[in-house]
Amino acid sequence: MEKNIALSMRNVTKRFGKVVANHNVNLDVYQGEILAILGENGCGKTTLMNMIAGIYFPDEGKIFKDGQEVVIRSPKDAFNLKIGMIHQHFKLVDLFTASENIVLGVDESGRYNIKDVNSQVSQIAEKYGFHIDPHKKIYDMSVSEKQTVEIIKVLYRGADILILDEPTAVLTPQEIDRLFLVLRRMKEDGKSIIIITHKLHEVLSISDRVAILRKGEHIATVDTCDATESSLTEMMVGKKVSLDIDRSEPVNPRPRLEVTGLNCHNAEGVQVLKDISFTANSGEILGIAGIAGSGQKELLEAIAGLQPLDSGEVLFINPKKNKPVTFFHKNMHRVLELNTRDAFTDLTGNPEPFLGKNRGQIRTMINTGNILFKEDEVISLRGLSPLEIRSLGVRLSFVPEDRLGMGLVGNMDITDNMMLRSYRKGRAGFLNRKKPKELAQNIVKELEVATPGVSTPVRRLSGGNVQKILVGREIAFAPKVLMAAYPVRGLDINSSYTIYNLLNKQKKNGVAVIFVGEDLDVLLALCDRIMVINSGRITGFVDARTTTKEEVGLLMTQNHADEEMPSAENDETTEPAAFSENAEETESEPETTDTTADAPEEAEEAVSDDLSPSSQMPEDPDTAVQEDAK
Amino acid sequence: MNSWLNFAISSLGFGAIFMYGATGEILTEKAGHLNLGIPGIMCMGGAGGCLALCLVAPLNLPGFLIVLAGIFGAVLFGMLTGLIYSFLTITLRANQNVTGLALTTFGAGLSRVLFGIKAMNHTTYLKFSRELFRQPFANRTDELQKLGILFFLALVICCVASWVLMRTKVGLRLRSIGENPGTADAVGVNVTKYKYIATLIGAGIAALGGFYSIIDFEASNEAYKNLEEYGWLSVALVIFSLWRPHLAIIGSIAFGFLYRCASQLTTLGGIFSAMTAQPLMKMLPYVVTIIVLIISSISKKRENQPPASLGMPYFREER
Repeated sequence: MEKNIALSMRNVTKRFGKVVANHNVNLDVYQGEILAILGENGCGKTTLMNMIAGIYFPDEGKIFKDGQEVVIRSPKDAFNLKIGMIHQHFKLVDLFTASENIVLGVDESGRYNIKDVNSQVSQIAEKYGFHIDPHKKIYDMSVSEKQTVEIIKVLYRGADILILDEPTAVLTPQEIDRLFLVLRRMKEDGKSIIIITHKLHEVLSISDRVAILRKGEHIATVDTCDATESSLTEMMVGKKVSLDIDRSEPVNPRPRLEVTGLNCHNAEGVQVLKDISFTANSGEILGIAGIAGSGQKELLEAIAGLQPLDSGEVLFINPKKNKPVTFFHKNMHRVLELNTRDAFTDLTGNPEPFLGKNRGQIRTMINTGNILFKEDEVISLRGLSPLEIRSLGVRLSFVPEDRLGMGLVGNMDITDNMMLRSYRKGRAGFLNRKKPKELAQNIVKELEVATPGVSTPVRRLSGGNVQKILVGREIAFAPKVLMAAYPVRGLDINSSYTIYNLLNKQKKNGVAVIFVGEDLDVLLALCDRIMVINSGRITGFVDARTTTKEEVGLLMTQNHADEEMPSAENDETTEPAAFSENAEETESEPETTDTTADAPEEAEEAVSDDLSPSSQMPEDPDTAVQEDAK
Repeated sequence: MNSWLNFAISSLGFGAIFMYGATGEILTEKAGHLNLGIPGIMCMGGAGGCLALCLVAPLNLPGFLIVLAGIFGAVLFGMLTGLIYSFLTITLRANQNVTGLALTTFGAGLSRVLFGIKAMNHTTYLKFSRELFRQPFANRTDELQKLGILFFLALVICCVASWVLMRTKVGLRLRSIGENPGTADAVGVNVTKYKYIATLIGAGIAALGGFYSIIDFEASNEAYKNLEEYGWLSVALVIFSLWRPHLAIIGSIAFGFLYRCASQLTTLGGIFSAMTAQPLMKMLPYVVTIIVLIISSISKKRENQPPASLGMPYFREER
């Protein structure tokens, strides 16, 4: 087949200071083809494309369009050359309508007439099979609609080379199918399409050729028909990588977190969660699938105590049966309250150990470790703030979606970010920086965080490294429940697998893991059960081992016509076994010897050693801090 | 003439000062720049216009040229002051609040110096007030005499600014910069150029407000001392009119009325009530602004909010 080269890059190099983002890249794009650009995070894919789109200017090398050498100094130059880029983060003005965004920046002489624009937009939409309302404001649009506006914007300007930077990252499978259909139509129309993506199966299904970048260099361009997932990964990473997420059977799953009838409104007064009920079990990964913005964020925040509830109950089941009373229970008020409910026993099985004892004696009995819980402790988290939740000894870790917004402070260094979790301890008014620093060093070492040192501001690290630090910090506090929202968003294959492995390790340690994901392939491969939500409602629970992507995708988009009550626990595969110590591995109770230090804070600080089996990490910084404080 | 009608006309004329200031500030803010230097720029505009009149006075030029010279002087001084602000905040990306406040202090101070120099003779420039600027109603004895050329120019500028912002491509681009400069940049709008043009034109328009106040509305050698206060009212009017120039016309009349009420107290309620209530009355425009701000915040309508990137400098390569 005769093919004309639409665009080619020759020996293009781009440096940012000392960092070489692209080195001698040679790339050809043909007319009427879809070229996928594949590479890990930070390998220079986006930088390379930005040079074609005029955002950056190459330091060396030449760019040819239709055989002519061209200089692209600004996005305007790129548009004049009919090159259009659809950025990963949409570049749209929220306050404008679709048409206004589309016409913005178009240099046509003649009067500005929004009616003409509207009809032209509708024409383009019809030609390629988009659905769009030209009058709709961007802030009223879904992610998929916004993307449509972006694509039409580029087409409106008559672009014949379209660059799409990770277009599928935020779409549902159905939306992706629709997008690919549109892309294929554009290809038939003779347009060249460059698509940047992490997802190998998408590369294989949509592209004609694949260009692989590694560390800023162009490794190879291969025809898609000759490529396989593993061959592409190998070229991308430079070594063989196992693409299977190893998924063990849950060991002794026991209810750990019970959520019933959750309803809540967001700040705008829209009901975001409707009657959510589910149980998260220990030793199991519960996936939550849903279109972005279906209430995932609010659900996790509601559990973590960040979102006020209208109704419903969140119960944390603390596996305390036959465990010595420690931690907050030196909070005498709470001890006495629990005692009225016959919560305690002693080593000899005496059902009323505190009978006739005064407070001082009770305190001594607890400190000697003689007092045990009779049953698992059930704590209601409803209406509590994160601090109150922690002070009740509930070890709940939350890896929020917005890493640098909610999880970490970008301008603070790694050590300081560790201290966000622990600064309340230490001697009156003074901070203890030693332990957090050790923890930071350990996380950097164990999770292979690429950073110049622990005193580097987190903001300067790449997405994957930021996420490692956040997840590392959260699991270092030995959670019983670990909630992670989109923990691999924007991460490359290697970093993603590091995170999957960390989650799996937590699962093996008996943690109840709740994983909100967007990539269905990952959800299906990693989770044990998947809960699907759609517009704040549960539309179904599926067994991740037996379900299909299509089934989940359907649940994600289905209407609520069939008000089917969630059948939460019916895909429980393992029989409830006797309570075993396995699920308790992570627990490391501080052997506190002092009596007076303020106890409620202790619980969350017990650092699990699963992060560092070789354990340079303090086994129990909590005790140490307490000793310091004495 | 009926004293109430007289009062209403006077409010109208008074409001035009804010109309200039607010229109200038709206243009600036639509480009994402919060220019708190408006009071200073208005002072400088007043000084520049009067100075120009004093300089051209000996030349015996035809009337319209003298008017143009005055307007030119005011706009030039306003733009020069605005240029300081633009350079600092657009090119050097200095903090806009600090720069603006410093500029107000600077402009107010320098204008007082200028009004004190020898070349600046108030009898010279005030002579043109009645002869030229207060036309066509210069010979009236009631408040209508205050509605001169510059008053009508204010209305025209307001309407044109509104039309440009809402109905032209230039306006669309300007608004996009205030909302999301990254987006505007990516579609090929020259963000820096637009920001400079908007802040400079905004400063020029605001400067006319100062000139108008001195030469037309108040027509007194003491008028320049009030300009800073009027500048702040103009900034408040921007919020009151929800960043829309056409609403600024209505808002300026309301502001003029409320503020004028204060000075009418003497005639209405005697000297004692005037002394106690006047400061409170002068507060009214600000109180109304706060009420509008509260209402617009509660309504949460996106169109009524300030430009999204107001006050934030734009770096293209920042990640």
